[in-house]
Amino acid sequence: MRHLLSIDDVTAEEIGAIFETAAEMHDVQRREVKKLPALRGRTVINLFFEDSTRTRSSFEIAGKWLSADVINLSAKGSSASKGESLRDTVLTVTAMGVDGLVIRHPASGAPAQVAQWLHESRGAVPVVNAGDGMHEHPTQALLDAYTLQRRLGSLEGRHVAIVGDLTHSRVFRSNVKSLAKLGASVTVVAPPTLMPSGVAGWSKEAGFATSYDLDAVLAGANGRVDAVMMLRVQRERMSGGYFPSAREYAVGYGLTRDRLARLEPDTPILHPGPMNRGLEISPEAADAVASLVLDQVSAGVAVRMSVLYHLLAGEE
Amino acid sequence: MVLIKGASLLGKKRADVYIEDGVIREIGSVSTTAETTIDADGLVLLPGLVDLHTHLREPGREDAETVLTGSQAAAVGGYTAVLAMANTTPVTDTAEAAIRVWELGREAGLVDVQPVGAVTKGLAGEELAELGLMARSKAKVRVFSDDGKCVHDARVMRRALEYVKALGGVVSQHSQDPALAGPSACCHEGELSGRLGLPGWPGVAEEVVVARDVMLARHTGSRVHVAHVSTAGSVEVIRWAKAQGIDVTAEVTPHHLLLTTDLLAGYDPTYKVNPPLRPAEDVEALRRALADGTIDAVATDHAPHARHDKEHAFVDAAFGMLGLETALSVVTTVMVDSGLLDWAGVARVMSSNPARIAGLDGDAGHGRDLSVGSPANLTLVDPAAQVVVDRDASVSLSRNNPWHDRKLTGRVVATLLRGRPTVLEGALA
Repeated sequence: MRHLLSIDDVTAEEIGAIFETAAEMHDVQRREVKKLPALRGRTVINLFFEDSTRTRSSFEIAGKWLSADVINLSAKGSSASKGESLRDTVLTVTAMGVDGLVIRHPASGAPAQVAQWLHESRGAVPVVNAGDGMHEHPTQALLDAYTLQRRLGSLEGRHVAIVGDLTHSRVFRSNVKSLAKLGASVTVVAPPTLMPSGVAGWSKEAGFATSYDLDAVLAGANGRVDAVMMLRVQRERMSGGYFPSAREYAVGYGLTRDRLARLEPDTPILHPGPMNRGLEISPEAADAVASLVLDQVSAGVAVRMSVLYHLLAGEE
Repeated sequence: MVLIKGASLLGKKRADVYIEDGVIREIGSVSTTAETTIDADGLVLLPGLVDLHTHLREPGREDAETVLTGSQAAAVGGYTAVLAMANTTPVTDTAEAAIRVWELGREAGLVDVQPVGAVTKGLAGEELAELGLMARSKAKVRVFSDDGKCVHDARVMRRALEYVKALGGVVSQHSQDPALAGPSACCHEGELSGRLGLPGWPGVAEEVVVARDVMLARHTGSRVHVAHVSTAGSVEVIRWAKAQGIDVTAEVTPHHLLLTTDLLAGYDPTYKVNPPLRPAEDVEALRRALADGTIDAVATDHAPHARHDKEHAFVDAAFGMLGLETALSVVTTVMVDSGLLDWAGVARVMSSNPARIAGLDGDAGHGRDLSVGSPANLTLVDPAAQVVVDRDASVSLSRNNPWHDRKLTGRVVATLLRGRPTVLEGALA
């Protein structure tokens, strides 16, 4: 693993190793003194081309607890609009002498392009994708799987339903890959307007199921559901004609109080945040005993510590 | 005086061709000596190629291409005439702007640069540009296009089609419904875009406009040209329209005849183009349509861009790719090697049809038969040459070359504009 641009970059074994280290890091989080010396003297830049509070601070804490010097650079707005090319922006930042780049960008594929440009010009600086457009969010998928695995044990043979705005979701695109690598089966649920284009061929090849009917899926149409992952739905999608109203969406695809009551009480509920309470998830579900939402946040720091550690301090 | 010795005319009859005062004087076994003799043993002689669709970027983006460097690229590619699209800065929407481009072309003197006039002022899609003044100017504009943008308002398109009837003109439409191709759409919408998370636009965004326009052409009794057809559905519509007797013509680019959307998997903006690269099924349909005459012409959509305009995230990078220097090689590889077209067919889709569509087959003397008395606008091709494209060998100012490192068959050896060699031995003369 030279970069973490996509879940495609890691094997099941590597995911196992990341989780093992993450478990150790997780213990550190509970200590009074949280710093480890692993990345002392290393510099990590969080280069964020898109607003983010939770992911940026999660990476920042992760780097700091590993004793790296962490610098946050906000470069909001497309570099095109500022007259500087993305390549120039990234090469400029990297020329300061950094050991790792964490990139969030509103455009799909930007971190992969950056990694390519770095290879062509300055040699290998590890790049971590902290979310690129609608493409992937690999550390989110890793922390989701890590959190689930701590709750359920092995994910082998487990069945996860992923529900929401699939078209625009990088969380979904990373999760179908990571869950498949860990042996889980996946059913994705969305109205037809929020299904990614060409999902029929993709799902067949990648081995996940699709459905427009959340109730049928929760009732076991594709087998017992062992975990439910709700995705954020942006209200502005309504103006794009993706669905008519918030209440219609909630009735069709929200994890409402009614649907919560039909789940086993210990069925884990995940959400990558930020949540739209009342739209894709009811407050009862968000705050349910089985809700893992806050566990995901805390695991996020441990998993990102582990990823930074493997990329920057790894033996390979 | 130029003597071409032993060329294969349209890949058939072998003959010498003697040229004097810019005109073919003799075809057969010629014993006269000439100032310049070109040994054409094993080479195919074609009428000079005509490109219905190039972007020369001057005025406005002379860092990406100029009329001179674009003319050089055209000559190297075997072209003797190119139509320069109107989406420059300022837009070619007045007679003065058209004349300027026309004059720059004459000053370069390598190919006949024929300006395309904008359909609407500033390409805004609202008010007609001064079509008549452009047509009556010495640039004699006959092709009008808002290319880069679609004339999407049906009312404006209807009026444009009606108005150009009086000018002997044609509207070349960039068929793309903006409501189905959002502002961030950057590629073909399909399984790959779904996986990559790239906003795309589906084939139907092109097809609905092609369908509307052929009906408008029928209604107005006017002539419409479909620029850069990219989908099998558009081909079906055009085939149907031609069968109805509707006056429609169509072009396809070399890249849509060979490159497919799966090249986008690495997010390389070199492959970002409008219309986007489509799946293999569309490519196959386009080849068949070019072979059976449903599509009339190959047009390059040569779209040079400064390097930094491609060094953005994929959705932010500029649309377009180079095409002038490689078009003949791509057509040879895709259409001739496969047996879909013979050399007479290549002459039809790359010279005589585009010349006729653009109105350059009259006094301008393009796309004529290889016969005594025709203006000597000619291209000599080595049909067996194997070339590996090297983007750094290009005479274009830009390097957004999707063909880099590709092995292609066929190479332009010489180009003659009114009897004067512009290219000899594959290089500018």
